[in-house]
Amino acid sequence: MANPTGIGASVRRREDARFLTGRGTYTDDINRPGQTHAVFVRSPYAHARITGIDAAEAMQAPGVIAVLTGADMEADKVGSLPCGWQIHSKDGSPMKEPPHFPIARDRARYVGDAVAVVIAETREQAKDAAELVMVDYEELPAAVTSLKALEGGAPLVHDDVGGNLCFDWHLGDAAAVDAAFAQAAHVAKLDLVNQRLVPNAMEPRAALGEYDRATGEHTLTTTSQNPHVIRLLMGAFVLGIPEHKLRVVAPDVGGGFGSKIFHYGEEAVVTWAAKKVGRPVKWTAERSESFLTDAHGRDHVSHAELAMDKDGNFLALRVATIANMGAYLSTFAPSIPTYLYATLLAGQYKTPAIYAEVKAVFTNTVPVDAYRGAGRPEACYLIERLVEVAAAETGIDKAELRRRNFVPASAMPYQTPVALQYDTGDFAKNLDIALPLVDYDGFAARKAESARRGKLRGIGFATYIEACGIAPSNVAGALGARAGLYESAEVRFHPTGSVTVFTGSHSHGQGHETTFAQLVSERFGVPIENVEIVHGDTSKIPFGMGTYGSRSLAVGGSAIVKAMDKVERKAKKIAAHMLEAAEADIEVKDGRFVVAGTDKALTIGDIALQAYVPHNFPLDELEPGLDEQAFYDPKNFTYPNGCHVCEVEIDPDTGVVQVVSFAAVDDFGRVINPLIVEGQVHGGLVQGIGQALYENCVYDEESGQLITGSYMDYCMPRADDVPSFTVRYHEDQPCTHNPLGVKGCGEAGTIGASAAVMNAVVHALSEYGVTHLDMPATPERVWQAIRRHTPAQAAE
Amino acid sequence: MPCTVSMTVNGKTVSREVEERTLLVTFLRDQLGLTGTHVGCDTSQCGACVVHIDGRSVKSCTMLAAQADGAAVTTIEGLAAADGTLHPMQAAFREHHGLQCGFCTPGMVMSAVDLVTANPSPSEHEVREGLEGNICRCTGYHNIVKAVMAGAEAMQGGTMKAAAE
Repeated sequence: MANPTGIGASVRRREDARFLTGRGTYTDDINRPGQTHAVFVRSPYAHARITGIDAAEAMQAPGVIAVLTGADMEADKVGSLPCGWQIHSKDGSPMKEPPHFPIARDRARYVGDAVAVVIAETREQAKDAAELVMVDYEELPAAVTSLKALEGGAPLVHDDVGGNLCFDWHLGDAAAVDAAFAQAAHVAKLDLVNQRLVPNAMEPRAALGEYDRATGEHTLTTTSQNPHVIRLLMGAFVLGIPEHKLRVVAPDVGGGFGSKIFHYGEEAVVTWAAKKVGRPVKWTAERSESFLTDAHGRDHVSHAELAMDKDGNFLALRVATIANMGAYLSTFAPSIPTYLYATLLAGQYKTPAIYAEVKAVFTNTVPVDAYRGAGRPEACYLIERLVEVAAAETGIDKAELRRRNFVPASAMPYQTPVALQYDTGDFAKNLDIALPLVDYDGFAARKAESARRGKLRGIGFATYIEACGIAPSNVAGALGARAGLYESAEVRFHPTGSVTVFTGSHSHGQGHETTFAQLVSERFGVPIENVEIVHGDTSKIPFGMGTYGSRSLAVGGSAIVKAMDKVERKAKKIAAHMLEAAEADIEVKDGRFVVAGTDKALTIGDIALQAYVPHNFPLDELEPGLDEQAFYDPKNFTYPNGCHVCEVEIDPDTGVVQVVSFAAVDDFGRVINPLIVEGQVHGGLVQGIGQALYENCVYDEESGQLITGSYMDYCMPRADDVPSFTVRYHEDQPCTHNPLGVKGCGEAGTIGASAAVMNAVVHALSEYGVTHLDMPATPERVWQAIRRHTPAQAAE
Repeated sequence: MPCTVSMTVNGKTVSREVEERTLLVTFLRDQLGLTGTHVGCDTSQCGACVVHIDGRSVKSCTMLAAQADGAAVTTIEGLAAADGTLHPMQAAFREHHGLQCGFCTPGMVMSAVDLVTANPSPSEHEVREGLEGNICRCTGYHNIVKAVMAGAEAMQGGTMKAAAE
């Protein structure tokens, strides 16, 4: 009988009990004796010289303990926030990497850049006193959009970065692409904007710094997706604290979506200040502060061209993209529009030649970095919009055009012209499942029915592939990563047979406490309630690279498997000894250690007890204990892929777009917990739909003020904006190079959805001659597009 | 100027001195240590802070502690039975995977309970409209809607499949 808490079971989440009863412990829920509160003074200007800071009045305010500035940090030799990835330009020169101090020293470079921090007895007192800190600013002209920042004579964000150009990078074979274009029967072209987004995890960022004078140990509790990475970056580069004196804890974290990967200045400030004031220091962002200071996502402006032969076979793809980096380089910013974007431009297609150029630009806006999907949604959106344009222009059915160009399953493993090697995938199968699911053939009838009600109807596809399970360290290193990208795990059996698993992955909604426990339950037949998953604390876990890029199961889960392999090897030795059999004769069946061909068997619990009570152990051959550690470094990326189909209805009088159906067919390889996987897809889809229809981060192009700085202005998708979804997956293309056969599911929904929705919107508007619309397709934009394309007499 | 507020919170009478400007949510979190009620925004948009005041859902960031003087307040910590048995709505959220990171969850559950109290058999459309004031970034709402519909049925006395699992 299948293990009800093993692989493939929709085990109800173990973490839910505490979250549903208000007993989760998020960073802001933690309070320490003697705790003080930090509030930041932030620049109200996008670009300004700081000519003086007068904190005298603030220091006199009730409850104020300290007002600290960039000069104080400089005096303490606090360093710059490091960037974890180095890109080289076409000419071989390294990217421009200007310093990024936790508190600005002489110049503020975006609205919200920290200028000083007030530490007081209460949050309210700190907030009141922050108003009294007098900062003299000399306002400077700002470079706000990436396009304007590249113009000659644009204000310089950093004086020593000419033209605001961080790097000018490329990938692919330009000559081969040029040659293919010269042969093309048809070329489809598209200019598009992948707009800037604010990640908006529901828990605002928070950080609590502590210092123990007795031991010299620092502790930072923070809203992070990867506490070990924060320890490494902050300890080694910013504050100069060695690892053994720095503990970083990421307790329950209320969503991340990428925005909590990065090392932020506030983390360094509270850690540093806790020692300075001799008391714990806590900072919690207000939502307006999150809008201003969390790293944003996307913000690409692109031109793309697709060359085809007369039958619609793709010959070559040429892409030029301008990517906004914001004012400073956030932790992984340079890798997003390069190795997580251009390498995915083959998509699911066998396009033989691809060339991409990417210019990364500094602007007077908050840094831009990974946001759910990180580069891959931008690639998918570009390819899939372009394919849809090509279908419309050539008159080839859009499903057929895709099918004609898919990399066939028989060609796997497939080397793309942009560096990646796909291991598995059956793209035609995804489409074959999707078409009947959405009744593609019945679309014309549904469109006619909508028309009878005065509505427009459109159907749009997106077929996506992503590179997840980041990443083989040697490959990442060759491409500029300044870290390895393995994961660690420790599997500790206790004497009575219960298990603690320590993982370097971090769960902030993904359900690791359930999924990872299922791996152990499956392997050793241990009841799931006897398995504890520990994550998020550098003092407990050997090491960790954390959770992002849909890597937790593929890399972190594989590390657990590797540790369990070691446990099993040792358990076999112990079983052989206990059962007086040869080690080679011990078989593991349904979690029991059996002497082959006999009924002699032990459970892992029997073995664990013996391991810790080794009264009769051959100590020369066997150490006591049953506790094994492993690091897993993946051999390749994993390649989740799928086909998403969206149908929309549009009211031409109001421009309101309604998603009437959405189907997602995905290949995530093997699925451990279907309930959790489907939940990940749902959430991803709504973030993709949010980008397509609602969300848009807008800065004033002159002043650099953030216009969409609250939920009043930044439109988050809500329950009544989206439909229920049809979600399917198949498991017959497992990943070939990790022990679980898993590919990852965290980002897929977001990657496919925006393109599918926009293709449906443009399809619906095509009867007006609309061929493209930039996201988000708000009622106003849709209405304007309809008006622009309506003959004058008809509009009257 | 400090003032004294008294109210019943999760069945217990409490009385504390607070600054007049203290929000109810700050009072619950910082003074009473009831950190299950969360703060997700500063414009009363996200609904992470929803509690019940005299049985109706209220965004506790939108009222002062002083305004709740004399009221009966229920927070997420007070929703389950005294013996720890989950409220049917809490059980439905677990059964249908209606939560991921858990941050919006307390407010979402408190709003859902009030929604169902006012409308015992809501349609999917009514559930979606009723939860418009609560933002979730993780679940895409799909499973929250399923959970609320199942929770509504369970609150009516219907049995919920495997809720007690």
